[in-house]
Amino acid sequence: MSGSGPFQDKPALRVEALTLVRGARVLVRDLSFEAGPGAFVEIRGGNGAGKTTLLRAIAGFLQPRAGRVVFSGVEEPALALHHVGHLSGLKGAASVRAHLRYWAGLFGVQSREDFALERSGLLAQADLPARVLSQGQARRLALSRLLVAPRPVWLLDEPAASLDAQGQLMLADLIDAHRASDGMVLAAVHEALGPAPSQTLTIGA
Amino acid sequence: MSAFAATFRRDLAAMWAGGGVVAPLGYFLGATMMVPLAMGPDRLLLAAAGPPLVWIAAALAVLATLERLFQADLEDGSLDQMLLSPAPLEALVLAKGAALWCAVGLPLALAGAPAAIALQAPLALIPAIVLSLALGTAAFVGVGLVGAAVTASVKRGGVLIALIVLPFFAPPIIFGAAVAAGQEVAAALAILAGCALGAIAIGPIAAAAALRLQAE
Amino acid sequence: MLSYLANPARFMAFSSWAAPLFLAAAIVTLAIGFPWALFASPADYQQGETVRIMYVHVPAAWWSMGIFAFMGGASFVSLVWRHALADVAARGAAPIGATFAALCLITGSIWGAPTWGTWWEWDGRMTSMLVLFVIYLGYIALWSAIEDEDKAARLAAILCLVGLINLPIIKFSVDWWSTLHQPASIMRSGGSSIHPTMLGPLLTMAGGYLLLFAALLLMNMRASVFRRQVEAARLKGIGG
Repeated sequence: MSGSGPFQDKPALRVEALTLVRGARVLVRDLSFEAGPGAFVEIRGGNGAGKTTLLRAIAGFLQPRAGRVVFSGVEEPALALHHVGHLSGLKGAASVRAHLRYWAGLFGVQSREDFALERSGLLAQADLPARVLSQGQARRLALSRLLVAPRPVWLLDEPAASLDAQGQLMLADLIDAHRASDGMVLAAVHEALGPAPSQTLTIGA
Repeated sequence: MSAFAATFRRDLAAMWAGGGVVAPLGYFLGATMMVPLAMGPDRLLLAAAGPPLVWIAAALAVLATLERLFQADLEDGSLDQMLLSPAPLEALVLAKGAALWCAVGLPLALAGAPAAIALQAPLALIPAIVLSLALGTAAFVGVGLVGAAVTASVKRGGVLIALIVLPFFAPPIIFGAAVAAGQEVAAALAILAGCALGAIAIGPIAAAAALRLQAE
Repeated sequence: MLSYLANPARFMAFSSWAAPLFLAAAIVTLAIGFPWALFASPADYQQGETVRIMYVHVPAAWWSMGIFAFMGGASFVSLVWRHALADVAARGAAPIGATFAALCLITGSIWGAPTWGTWWEWDGRMTSMLVLFVIYLGYIALWSAIEDEDKAARLAAILCLVGLINLPIIKFSVDWWSTLHQPASIMRSGGSSIHPTMLGPLLTMAGGYLLLFAALLLMNMRASVFRRQVEAARLKGIGG
C-alpha cells in the first residue's frame, strides 16, 4: 500500500482534442480520452512519436497548440500529479536520503524517507551520493519520489527503463497499490509493465 | 521544511560539495591581484585609483557562477519538479538566488576587506566597502538570475550571460565603486541598498517566467 | 489597424507596398533634411560648423531609445498574446536600433573630438548610449543562441522588458556617476535649448530616420516571415 488512504475526491482526467506541436512538427493531433480513479493508461508509440511531449503537456509543463487537459476532483492540477520522466531529477553529490528529504520539503509534506527507502529497496544505499548509484538504482530513486507525497495522478515516462526484474516487480506493485487507492497512472512504455492497462493509447501511427 | 528552505539547503549543500565556494573567492582574489600587476605597485597610485577596482573582480566572480545556476536543473529534470511544488516558482528561484549569495556574495564581501586593504584603501573605509560589496553582490545575483534563466538552454553560455548581464551590473558597480573611493559613501550605500532590493524584487519574477519557457 | 495587420497574410500584402513607399519617403525626407542641415541652417556660436553633426547624431540618439521602447511593446505583446508577428517585429527592429546607437556613438565621437581634444570622452550621455548599445548586442546575441524560434522570441522578450525597466536606472546611475567625476562635457547636444531655426532640419532628419526605420523594419519582418514559411514547408516535406 502507498501508506495513505484513498484520495478524497475521485480524481479524473479528461483530455479534449489535444494538439501538440514541436517546432513545425505536429506530434499529437486532436487527441481525446478520459481516465478515472484506478485507471492505468498505457501510452505506446515509436521513438520521437510524442509520448514524452504528451505526458509533459498533461503535467502542465507545456501549453498545447489546441485543445485542453481538464482535471476534476482535484484542487490544483500541479499539486495533484507526479511526473517521473527520462531525467531523474537527481543531483550527483547529494545522498539518497537527502533527495527524499528535499522532495518532501519541495512538495510540502512530512518526510517519510524510511518508508520510501524500504518500499523502493534502497535502504542499503540510503547515505550514498546519487552519483555512485547504478542506472537501475537511480531509476528506483526517481520512482521513490512517487512515495514521498500522496498525489492521485502519476505520469510515468518509460518507468521500467534500466530496472532489473526485481525493480520491475516493485514498480508493478506500486502501480497496483496506487490504483487500489483510486489513484490513476498514465505511463509511456515500449513494453508491458505487468499490470493490465485499463486502456491503451497509440501515438503517431 | 518548506519548499523555500528545502531548495535553499539543497543548493547551498550542492555548492559546498562542489567546491563552489572556493572557486569564486579564488577568482576574486586573482582578479584583484591583476590590478597592481597592471597598474604598477606605486602605493600612492593604488590608493588613488585601486580600491574601486575590486568591483570589477567581484562582478566577474559572480558572473562565473551564473552559467550553471539553472542549466543543471534544466538538464537533470529538477526544474520539472520545482514546477510541481506548492510553492511558486518565483519563491524557489529566490531561494536559489539566496543560496548563491550566501555561498558566493557574502564570502566575496568579506574577502573585500583584505582585497581593498591590498589596494591601499584607507582602513576607516573598509567596513563601508564590505557592506557595499554585500549589497552589490546581492544586486548582481538578483539581475544575474534573469541572465542565467534566459540562457539556461544554451550550451557554454558563459560569454553570452556576461554580455547580457554586464549592462545591468553597471548601477551597482557605479555606486559600489563610489563607496570604495570614499565618495558620497552614505548616499551611495543607500542607493546600493535600493538596487539590491529592486533586483531581488524583479529578478526572480523575470527569471521564473523564463524558466517556465525553458521547461517547455 | 494593428489587429487588422496581425494576420500574417494581410501583413505581407500591406508590407509589400508599404515598405518601398516608406523607403521612398525616407529618401525624400533625408534628401531634404541633409542639405538643410549641412548648408541652410545656422552655425553654432561656440562650435562653428561642427555642430552640424548634431543633425545626424541627435535623431540617432532619439530613435535608438525609441526603437528599444518599440521592442518593449512588441515583447509585451509577444509574451501576453504569443503573436508571431510581434516576435518578428521585435527581432527585426533590434539591428536597426543597434545601428542607430552605433551611429550616435560614432557621430558623437566625431562631434566631440575637436572640443574634447580626444576621440572619446566618457561623458554621461555617451556612456549611457554605450550601455544601450551593449544591451542591444546582448538581445541580438540571445536570439541567435537559441534554436527554437518561438522559445527564443519569448526569452528575448523577457530580456527586452527587463532591459527596459533597467534603462532609467542605468541612466540615473550614469548621470550620478558623471556628476561625481565631473568630466569636461562641453557637448551641447540639443539637450540644452535648441534654437528654433535648428528645429526645422532636426525634426526633418528625425522624421527621415523614422521612415527609414519603418521601411527597414518591414523589410526585415518580410524576410523573417518568408524564412519561416520556407522552414515550415521544408519540414513538411520531410514528413512532420
